[in-house]
Amino acid sequence: MRRIEVQDLTKYYGDKLVLHGIDMGVGEHEVVVLIGPSGSGKSTLLRCIGRLVPYDYGKIFLDGVPIDDPALAGNELPKRVGVVFQSYNLFPHLDVLDNITLAPRKVHGIDRDVAEARALEELEKLGIADLADSYPDKLSSGQQQRVAIVRALVNDPEVLLLDEITAALDPELVGGVLSVIRDLKAQGMTMVIVTHEMGFARDVADRVYFLDQARILEEGPPDRVLGDPEHPRTRQFLQRIIEAGRL
Amino acid sequence: MSIVSTVVVFGLAALWITSSAHWPRLRDQFFSWSHIEESFPDVLRGFWINMRVWIISMILIMLISLLFAALRALRGPWFAPFRVFAVLYIDLFRGIPAVLLMLLFGLGIPALQLPGVPDAALFWGTVALVVSYVAYTTEVYRSGIDAVHDSQRAAAKALGLTQWQTLRHAILPQAVRNVVPALLNLAVALQKDVALLSIIGVRDAVREARIFTARTFNYSSLIAAAILFLIASIPMARFADWVTRRDQERRLQRTM
Repeated sequence: MRRIEVQDLTKYYGDKLVLHGIDMGVGEHEVVVLIGPSGSGKSTLLRCIGRLVPYDYGKIFLDGVPIDDPALAGNELPKRVGVVFQSYNLFPHLDVLDNITLAPRKVHGIDRDVAEARALEELEKLGIADLADSYPDKLSSGQQQRVAIVRALVNDPEVLLLDEITAALDPELVGGVLSVIRDLKAQGMTMVIVTHEMGFARDVADRVYFLDQARILEEGPPDRVLGDPEHPRTRQFLQRIIEAGRL
Repeated sequence: MSIVSTVVVFGLAALWITSSAHWPRLRDQFFSWSHIEESFPDVLRGFWINMRVWIISMILIMLISLLFAALRALRGPWFAPFRVFAVLYIDLFRGIPAVLLMLLFGLGIPALQLPGVPDAALFWGTVALVVSYVAYTTEVYRSGIDAVHDSQRAAAKALGLTQWQTLRHAILPQAVRNVVPALLNLAVALQKDVALLSIIGVRDAVREARIFTARTFNYSSLIAAAILFLIASIPMARFADWVTRRDQERRLQRTM
C-alpha cells in the first residue's frame, strides 16, 4: 500500500477546471516531484493532498484511509502531513521559537519546555539555533524558509508537502534550502515536491509527474521524464526551461 | 520664516477681533474670567463623569467589537447565525444617529420602569454610546482581519489549528496591530461624544455648564467645559498621530 494515493481527482475553481482526473501515488520513503508550467494545477494538487482546499470529485488516501474520513479529522491529518509554502507563511508577530512550537503546544498539547527543547534541537541541525528569539522580518528569505521547514518537521510528519519552496528565495540562498531537503531524503522522508528547479528535481526525485492544463501528461523516473520525455508538450516545456538557463 | 509668518497672521487676526466694536460684549459673554472661575468646580466635577464614562465605554467597546469581529470571521455553516447577527447589528446601529440612540436608551428605557432593569440615565447613556460605537469598531477590526493575508490561514490550517485557534493565535494579533491607529482615532471621537450624556439629564460637564448658563445668562461656563475637553483630547490626538506615524514606518520597513 502506498503512503498517498490519489484517484480520479477533479477540481474546479468556479467554471475553470484546475485538476482533471488526476491519478497518482507516493510510496513509503519515496520522493515525488511535480513539474509543469504555471497554472497547470500542480500546487493545487499539493494543496488538495494537504486538505488545504476542497476538491470536487475523486479520492485521496493517506495509508489507505480517505483524508475526509473521520479517522483523519481535525488535527490528525496535519500531524501526519506537513506543508511548507512558497512564501514561508511564518507568523510575523511570533518569534522563531513560538512559530515552531505553536502547533505542538496548542494543537498537540505538548508542554512548552518539551516543545522548545525539540524545536532548538531541530534548529541546531539546520545550523540556525541562534535565530530562536528573532522575529521573521529580521531573517533572510533562506533562514525564514528553513524555520518554516523546522515548523513542519517538529510535528514528526510521515509525509512532507513542499510547494515551490525556493521560488521566493534570493538566488544565492536556494542551495542552502535545497540541501536541507536532500538531507531529509537521505533520512527517508516521504515527500511530494512542486518545484521549478529542474536540476534539483532530477537530483532528488524518485519519480516525476509532468502536469499541463489540469492533467498529468507524463510520469516516470527523472532521467527519463526530464532527459527523454515521450510527450511533445513535456519536451516543449523542458526546451523552454533549458533556453531560460535553468536546467 | 514660517514662525514669523504664523505669528504675524495670527497676531493681526487677534488684533482685528479685539479691536472690533463688539469685542467687549463677546469677551464678557464667553470669556469672563470670574464666571469661568465660578462655574469651574461644578463643570470639572461633571467632566470627571465624562472621563469615567469615556474610559469604561472605551474598554467595553474594544472588547465587545473584538468578539463580534471574531465571530463574524468564523467560516462554515455553523457560524452563519453569528455572521448574520453581526451584519444586522452593524447595519442597524451604524445607521442611527448617536444622539437618537442616546435619547432612546437614556430616556426611553428608564421610562418603561421595567422590574430588575436599572433606571439610571448614566447607565443607559453609557449603553447607548457602547452600542453605537461597537458598530463602527467591529467594522474597523474586520478591516484589520481582512488585511491579514490568506496564506496565514493556510499555514495555520496546515499546522492543524482549529478555526478558533487560528483566529486567536494567528489572525487576531496581526489584525489588532493593523488597526491600532484607527482604534485610537475612534477613542478620540468617543472622548467628545461622551458629552451627549448631557441631553438625557446626566450632570456631566456640558450639563453643569448649561445649568450655570441658565442661571447667569453668561456662556463662559461652556468655554470652561470646552477647555477641559481640549485639555483631554489634544494629547490623545497627538498620541494617535504618533502611533499612526510609527505604524506607517513599520509597514514601510517591512516592504523594504
